[in-house]
Amino acid sequence: MLQQALALIARDIALARRQGGGLGAAFGFILSVMVLIPLAIGPDQILLSKLAPGMMWLALLLSVLLTADRMFQQDFEDGSLDVMAMGKLPFEVVTLAKALAHWITVSLPLAIITPPLGLLMSLDVSQLPILFVSMIAGSLALSLLAAIGGAVTAGLRRGGLLVSLLVLPLYVPVLIFGVAASSANMGPSGSTPALIVLCAITLMSLVISPWACAAALKAYLR
Amino acid sequence: MQQFANPARFLKIANILLPYIWAITAILFAVGLYGALVTTPPDYQQGETVRIMYVHVPAAWLGLFVYCLMGFFSAVAFIYRHPLADAAAKTAAPLGAVFCFLALVTGSFWGKPMWGTWWAWGDARLTSMFILLLFYLGYMAVWNSIDEPTRAAAIARIVALVGVVNVFVVKFSVNWWNSLHQGPSVIKMGGPAIDKSMLWALLTMAVAYTMLFLALHLVSLRSEIASRKLRQARLVEIGNR
Repeated sequence: MLQQALALIARDIALARRQGGGLGAAFGFILSVMVLIPLAIGPDQILLSKLAPGMMWLALLLSVLLTADRMFQQDFEDGSLDVMAMGKLPFEVVTLAKALAHWITVSLPLAIITPPLGLLMSLDVSQLPILFVSMIAGSLALSLLAAIGGAVTAGLRRGGLLVSLLVLPLYVPVLIFGVAASSANMGPSGSTPALIVLCAITLMSLVISPWACAAALKAYLR
Repeated sequence: MQQFANPARFLKIANILLPYIWAITAILFAVGLYGALVTTPPDYQQGETVRIMYVHVPAAWLGLFVYCLMGFFSAVAFIYRHPLADAAAKTAAPLGAVFCFLALVTGSFWGKPMWGTWWAWGDARLTSMFILLLFYLGYMAVWNSIDEPTRAAAIARIVALVGVVNVFVVKFSVNWWNSLHQGPSVIKMGGPAIDKSMLWALLTMAVAYTMLFLALHLVSLRSEIASRKLRQARLVEIGNR
């Protein structure tokens, strides 16, 4: 079972690498946000460094959201999902594998690239490590929750708006605790409590997401 | 439970019950509003603004309760594949969304004199209640954007069940995080912290809101069944041509 799941992840990674597009577009989005915010707000260094963690989280979140509606669409349209649904592998594992592949190809690279970009917004360098940790921990949740949105709208022609409406409320807790963990001045206990809650959200989406995705996709495949 | 789930029998019972439910709702609202606006004493700290409580708190309760109900109906539909459960969840959503919206608006009217602000984004309960409203809207959007009813029902169930997690976050948000919003004062260990002179009006209003929801839900469920029958009849007619 593990072997099949790994093969599925490898397939999705290979597909993503050869087709390109998803990650590049998302990265371009983050970069343009990071460049445009200082232009829009003005070159006030103190204000910018205060806003930086929140803005970076927002950019990461929205760029992952951009890729959500394509997560299952292609496999649904060319029939690969039907084959996967009929295979021996439990369908929940299939959706989990696809979400993990999305994490490896999109969210994780973005979570690693984004913190250094914060230097464009005069981010305090001492905040970089905690940003790396919180973004990597949160990015898995972002992929898993995006998978729910992608699965729910897999068979729809214009699912884009529906994806944002469904996924944004799910993203709000990730955003709140991600930003809370990233901004260092959070009180005596520092950023640890928020980071722990963020990890809890990630683990919880790890449980809910594969089940919800599988159930939603089955409704389309019948 | 199963025997009430037959649409025809459900309609018969609903038609008998509805006039009584409307009557009870009207009486409860009359008593509750009179109590809330006239006979209950003003608060020693908040003065007359405390009267907002009688419309705000029941709306918030109903906002949460209706979502739980929606989750319950969705779970029943998911397990037993009963079409009436789907219809019940579908028709509950807009009502719940309105209660949720009312709670947010009246809360904002109350927050201005008490906290000095209409809205506080840092506040856990306000934010999670707003997210609940978004879940309602997302759920309704699923029904609107998928044309085929059985497929829409299957997808909507999952969306509703995923959102149930948020209900617990709303309920316990004031216990978990420091919040502007006060802690629970009616249902808690050691009995209610509200004085009896106010509590009876609050509870009457809560029951009145619940009966109002029940009445509206039955009416819209009735019209949902009717529109399904209409759809079936149209399909048959097209097939006969």
